[in-house]
Amino acid sequence: MITTATNPKQGLHARFQWQYPGSGASTFSLQVDLALPGNGITAIFGQSGSGKTTLLRCVAGLERATRGYLTVNGETWQSDRVFLPTHQRSLGYVFQESSLFPHLTAQGNLNYAVKRAGTPGSQSLYDQVITLMGIGPLLPRYPSQLSGGERQRVAIARALLVQPRLLLMDEPLASLDMARKQEILPYLEKLRTTFDIPILYVSHSVDEVTRLADHVVLLEQGRTVAQGHVSEVFSRLDLPLPAGDDAGVVWQGEVIERNQQWHLSRIRCAGGELWVRDAGDAVGQRIRVRILARDVSLTLACHDDSSILNRLPVRVMEIVTDRDAAMALVRLQAGSDHVIARLTYRSVEHLKLAAGQRLWAQIKSVAIVR
Amino acid sequence: MFTEADMGAIWLTLKLASVVTVLLLFIGTPIAWWLARTRSWLKGPVGAVVALPLVLPPTVLGFYLLIAMGPHGFIGQLTQALGMGVLPFTFWGLVVASVFYSLPFVVQPIQNAMAALGERPLEVAATLRAGPWDRFFTVVLPLAKPGFLTATILGFAHTVGEFGVILMIGGNIPGQTRVVSVQIYDHVEAMEYAQAHTLAAVMVIFSFAVLLGLYGFQRKNPWWGVR
Repeated sequence: MITTATNPKQGLHARFQWQYPGSGASTFSLQVDLALPGNGITAIFGQSGSGKTTLLRCVAGLERATRGYLTVNGETWQSDRVFLPTHQRSLGYVFQESSLFPHLTAQGNLNYAVKRAGTPGSQSLYDQVITLMGIGPLLPRYPSQLSGGERQRVAIARALLVQPRLLLMDEPLASLDMARKQEILPYLEKLRTTFDIPILYVSHSVDEVTRLADHVVLLEQGRTVAQGHVSEVFSRLDLPLPAGDDAGVVWQGEVIERNQQWHLSRIRCAGGELWVRDAGDAVGQRIRVRILARDVSLTLACHDDSSILNRLPVRVMEIVTDRDAAMALVRLQAGSDHVIARLTYRSVEHLKLAAGQRLWAQIKSVAIVR
Repeated sequence: MFTEADMGAIWLTLKLASVVTVLLLFIGTPIAWWLARTRSWLKGPVGAVVALPLVLPPTVLGFYLLIAMGPHGFIGQLTQALGMGVLPFTFWGLVVASVFYSLPFVVQPIQNAMAALGERPLEVAATLRAGPWDRFFTVVLPLAKPGFLTATILGFAHTVGEFGVILMIGGNIPGQTRVVSVQIYDHVEAMEYAQAHTLAAVMVIFSFAVLLGLYGFQRKNPWWGVR
């Protein structure tokens, strides 16, 4: 999945060594070596303190890695001899909390970027960005007169108007409440489909990552633990991924049928066909679904007499202990993809589960994440 | 109400305070910026030197400045080399002395306003392609505006209220160095209490009005935070 990035002219190649300034109190260091695709959203995912933001700041040049190498689509931003200061890097940066200039209106904030964009921006780009982010009516207001969600939308628009070749987003939703997050997520999805710029998206939220990202870089204590396509990374059990109720896989699928009578859609994924609630997607539309491990149960035979709509033939690949000693996570092969089931050890024992065993997975619910 | 000498003193005081304030804004801004941003060990010593006039008796400051500006002092040698003669007992001598004397009143409000900005607005501006000078003029200056306003008012008012340093450096030359505070002193020495009263009242009203305006402004714009 990262093959597109093997060409040094394309994508983002980053190698950083960064030591927390000062000594004693903290021994945190960042050591990464990444080759990322030159398009789509790449999530930098990990717990607080895993070095996500530091990595992003190194890419932006806001933090100077002791030893670093960084090329973005063939342009060297940092090497042993070169260190481009931030203002000479073609990037947009959306900060975690509101970063609008308080002395300028929303409009003034946008103009600040337009005036300094590398190439003169066209009116159509300006209009497109404002429409995309839905901020037209907010332009005359000062940041103190905007809600948190509105501020973040203006900040995203501002980052786009500088016409970056790389967009960096540092947990842009973290400072917002649930309702505001839901308000902004659709804008971020539109952003990906409208603009063809690679985005590095820092987040510790599984929801955001599974919904938005194409690729994932998993960080732990300043080291890269895994990188790859989002569905690939989230189906692994050997990684420090969220366990418990949050464990689950992401599948990509295509709508192949819409059932008017029951308001359901049938989607075809690499792991099998699934019925999901009709979310208005047309036949042929590619969508992404998330199957949580806690929603998957296993039966030895295929039960037609169950209320569960989705049943897939699967084969046991591995069984590992969840965070909770009573619970097991079972990784299953389904078609050419994987699904994870979360069961009690008692059930594992009862069904006499073992690697290689064939049985049926019942999927109680499938969430469309996009 | 005012004698001609009184009017001369008022005019001289306003001229001195205006010139000193303008100079101080130019000199104080880079010092404040450096003090607000540096991590150098020199920050402490430099900050202390800037703040010295707050605690030193004006006579001490005036004494050293008199020596420095005299024919053998380093300022005096410099001014002589530039063909300006020596500065004591001239208007420009008062200007130089007042710049030192009022420096902390200008540097500290600006420094505090700049330090309160933090790194973030500058980082944001950098990601929007603003270079260092661009960032300073489009982000730092407008955001630190309340600090500059406070600095201007305090610098001006403090120079108007100066006495000891002036007496040490400038003496008492009408039209040259005799400012309002010195003029009041003269009136009192000469037992002209009525005239001393008038001028003193003007000073009280002026100072009160300035401070009232300043605090009123700070209260109206709490989020601007002149911390």
